[in-house]
Amino acid sequence: MMEAFSLTALEAEALRLSLWVSGWAVIGSLPAGIGVAWVLARLKFPGKVLLDGLVHLPLVLPPVVTGYTLLVLMGKNGPLGSLLQNTIGLSFSFNWKGAALASALMAFPLLVRAVRLSIEAVDQGLEAAARTLGARPLRVFFTVTLPLIMPGVLAGVILCFARSLGEFGATITFVSNIPGQTRTLPLALYTLTQVPSGEAAALRLCSISVVLALLALVASELLARHLDRRLKG
Amino acid sequence: MLDIQVVRQQGSFQVDAAFQAQNAGITALFGLSGAGKTSVINMVAGLIRPDRGRIVVEDRVLFDSDRGIDQPPEKRSIGYIFQDGRLFPHLTVRGNLTYGRKLTSRSLRFIGLDQVVGLLGIEPLLDRRPAKLSGGEKQRVAIGRALLTSPRLLLMDEPLSSLDEPRKEEVLPFIGKLPRAFMIPILYVTHSVSEIQRLADTLVLMHAGKSIGAGDVNEMMSRIECQSIIRSDAVRAHTITGWRNCRDSSTS
Repeated sequence: MMEAFSLTALEAEALRLSLWVSGWAVIGSLPAGIGVAWVLARLKFPGKVLLDGLVHLPLVLPPVVTGYTLLVLMGKNGPLGSLLQNTIGLSFSFNWKGAALASALMAFPLLVRAVRLSIEAVDQGLEAAARTLGARPLRVFFTVTLPLIMPGVLAGVILCFARSLGEFGATITFVSNIPGQTRTLPLALYTLTQVPSGEAAALRLCSISVVLALLALVASELLARHLDRRLKG
Repeated sequence: MLDIQVVRQQGSFQVDAAFQAQNAGITALFGLSGAGKTSVINMVAGLIRPDRGRIVVEDRVLFDSDRGIDQPPEKRSIGYIFQDGRLFPHLTVRGNLTYGRKLTSRSLRFIGLDQVVGLLGIEPLLDRRPAKLSGGEKQRVAIGRALLTSPRLLLMDEPLSSLDEPRKEEVLPFIGKLPRAFMIPILYVTHSVSEIQRLADTLVLMHAGKSIGAGDVNEMMSRIECQSIIRSDAVRAHTITGWRNCRDSSTS
């Protein structure tokens, strides 16, 4: 009976890889996400609509298109891919880093949206007050703006993480389906559905995915409540 | 010494104010809401930029369009007490009080945390968050927070307007003590005649974006009461209450 609740080697590997890839997708995209959200929330400049559209593009494009674009640009022989490989020795082709990049890109609009909304809700009067108290703009950002948008950042992080856990189309197109490298939960699940005897195992992976997503959502709700209580004293 | 000349076009509204105040003390900017008072002190604080003009506080030139001087707000050493307090909700009262103090170099500090806490009577509030404070408590903390940056000038934008009468009485005495206790001049925006009578040393009248008169408060008050300036529409509008208060106080 207990065996039903312990993970098989294949499941453990897919789960570990999923968490790893999603974790890096979040860590890698968070600074850029906050930066872009700030620019969209606060600055007015020509071409802003274009930037906004570009950020949201992965949300509306077929994931295969995003994945293929990544393959063309960031693959071994792609212009950006070869540049990164030759300059800092960073390669995204057919490894977990590529999977993280694809996940990050797909989840980026969700992250930016959540953070942007919370930046727009910040009372700029508080930032002005901080300036009069002697803080430079950068310090104001880190000591006033950032703490105030923490609930939004957290929501964005959870959304981004959950979206990354489910990333399939762009990942399989960009970095293929390699066990231990790019075969995350959804890809492992897909693989199992392609073999005749895989149904029971596929169902188990399904349950794991549901539990994981649920845990992420509950954790974010609890954290959000905690932050809210802190702000309201 | 305060020397301010600022011009700024804001849409179809022009702010054009010029006045001086010689002595440390409280200079009241008096006028109807919409007279441009807040714009003037925002320019003094460096939060908005005049199109042209000059702002000098205690021999320091903070802004001079001719010489291309425009110090950012964090370099001006000016404390600003906003109408709505603007305490940082994510910090405790203690965190709010020390926010600016930590950014003030030790050699410039002329007032300590204990001194401010004692003066304003906020000791029991130190570990609370702003959300749990009353309006009067918030304004006292805001005053303390600004004082602790050891400013050379304090700006107050109708600091009492969001408070009811008993709370006003709670904060007013502290404001009155400040200039003499710390030798800090205050530029005080208000549209209340009674606040002027209790606090101001110098009075600057503003109307429709322009400063239309400035001088010693007693002299100006008698002018408000008796002189031609009253007939100008500047004071006519506020004045139903303004004038009545003046008369009441002079006859009683």
